[in-house]
Amino acid sequence: MPPTEQALAHDALPAALQISNLNFYYGATKSLKNINLSIKDKKVTAFIGPSGCGKSTLLRTLNRMYDLYPGQRAEGKIEYKGKNILDADQDINMLRAKIGMVFQKPTPFPMSIYDNIAFGVRLYENLSKGEMNERVEWALNKAALWGEVKDKLNKSGLSLSGGQQQRLCIARGVAVKPDVLLLDEPTSALDPISTAKIEELINELKDDYTIAIVTHNMQQAARCSDYTAYMYLGELVEAGVTDQVFMNPVKKETQDYITGRFG
Amino acid sequence: MTGEHSSRQYDADLETLRSKVLLMGGLVENQFHDAIASFRSGNAELAASVITADSGVNQLEVDLDDACRHLILKRQPAANDLRTVMATVKVITDLERIGDEATKIARIAQGKDPQRGVMIFNDYDAVRGLASQVGNMLHDALDALARLDEKQAVKLIAKDAIIDQDFRAVMRNLITYMMEDPRTISPALDALWIAKAIERIGDHAKNIAEHVIFIVEGKDIRHSDYASTHVDGN
Repeated sequence: MPPTEQALAHDALPAALQISNLNFYYGATKSLKNINLSIKDKKVTAFIGPSGCGKSTLLRTLNRMYDLYPGQRAEGKIEYKGKNILDADQDINMLRAKIGMVFQKPTPFPMSIYDNIAFGVRLYENLSKGEMNERVEWALNKAALWGEVKDKLNKSGLSLSGGQQQRLCIARGVAVKPDVLLLDEPTSALDPISTAKIEELINELKDDYTIAIVTHNMQQAARCSDYTAYMYLGELVEAGVTDQVFMNPVKKETQDYITGRFG
Repeated sequence: MTGEHSSRQYDADLETLRSKVLLMGGLVENQFHDAIASFRSGNAELAASVITADSGVNQLEVDLDDACRHLILKRQPAANDLRTVMATVKVITDLERIGDEATKIARIAQGKDPQRGVMIFNDYDAVRGLASQVGNMLHDALDALARLDEKQAVKLIAKDAIIDQDFRAVMRNLITYMMEDPRTISPALDALWIAKAIERIGDHAKNIAEHVIFIVEGKDIRHSDYASTHVDGN
């Protein structure tokens, strides 16, 4: 399909999250400026851009992670299942169960591998022991970690390697059966083998989940994502089909950044 | 095309690639002109120099292929840089083939009896028009590559159809000679081989122009009617 037709075909795909006229403030500093973007359902969208461009901030607004900090606020609209999640009456806990997040540094809870997974599930669901065992195994399988930890579920989550810890965090996010997974530089602290496993995982997870990933690794964005959004100084410069963005970007700023002509 | 990368070595690597491709282009252009000149004059020395020059062109192809491999390995180029590297790999293949075709012409020129051809009919005359058109086409293709001028590239691609027509006219003309007088068969066949080599060089020049459009516009227009629909700069 020619690029223009391809873009039109993609426009017609359903969006999991529809962002419109989104502005974000850290106190008086405006750090997201009028963002309009649709995050497609069951696709991987990558956010790239230099440090401080607002890509992590954007990710943090998608499940209102910023609510934890005073002085930070978002204006505009992020539509999820027909509702603006920025509205004051939004149930934040439910939102974060449906839109899960994995951070740059692995953050397992200081408890057993089993409880790391079960902890979140218990908050939202009342499962029998047998059902919970099944759920833990299912989540660890989804995160491609089951084989490595099945004989030591009672060991501390902190005893795992960095790559395993990160997959544990993804398993924890998956266990509550979310719709969207937000990954904030999930592999930047990992070695190449663990990185490859996470990337493979992303590829498998997108059959069931919508994924938004922030990455500094351009090749990672090119490898793992269906769509790429390039941000700079709080603005969305260009968003499009990943192949197109990396092979023939529309904007010169995007081309300069992805070819390393930046700064 | 190059310049202003955060890594200066990257700039330098791309610039080396570019200047070596243009150098290779200059070499094959000379090869072609000398090959045609040697066929016209029967100058065996000049023909031999064309054949000798081919090893330099071959070596550049190998070097540039290697340079492209290393650049991909070290820099993982994207967007226009990636297009430049991928197009370079293909352009040098076309350039090398042009060198081969010029060498073919030179070999025939080397074996030519300076007396024989002209006595029966002017074999150079038969291919002169074709050679001059393709010479211009090759020059324009290399010029479009050097200046990354996609408009010139489009014009040139449209010319290839005329070259193909002219080749068929040359062939009919030579067949007529051969039918009329069997003594012309040997020199006419030589001229035919040369016409075919020239026509192939035109095809390679067209390929180079297509690669220029790929570098500039990011469009792969091979095997499409892009040039005929865009020739007026639309």
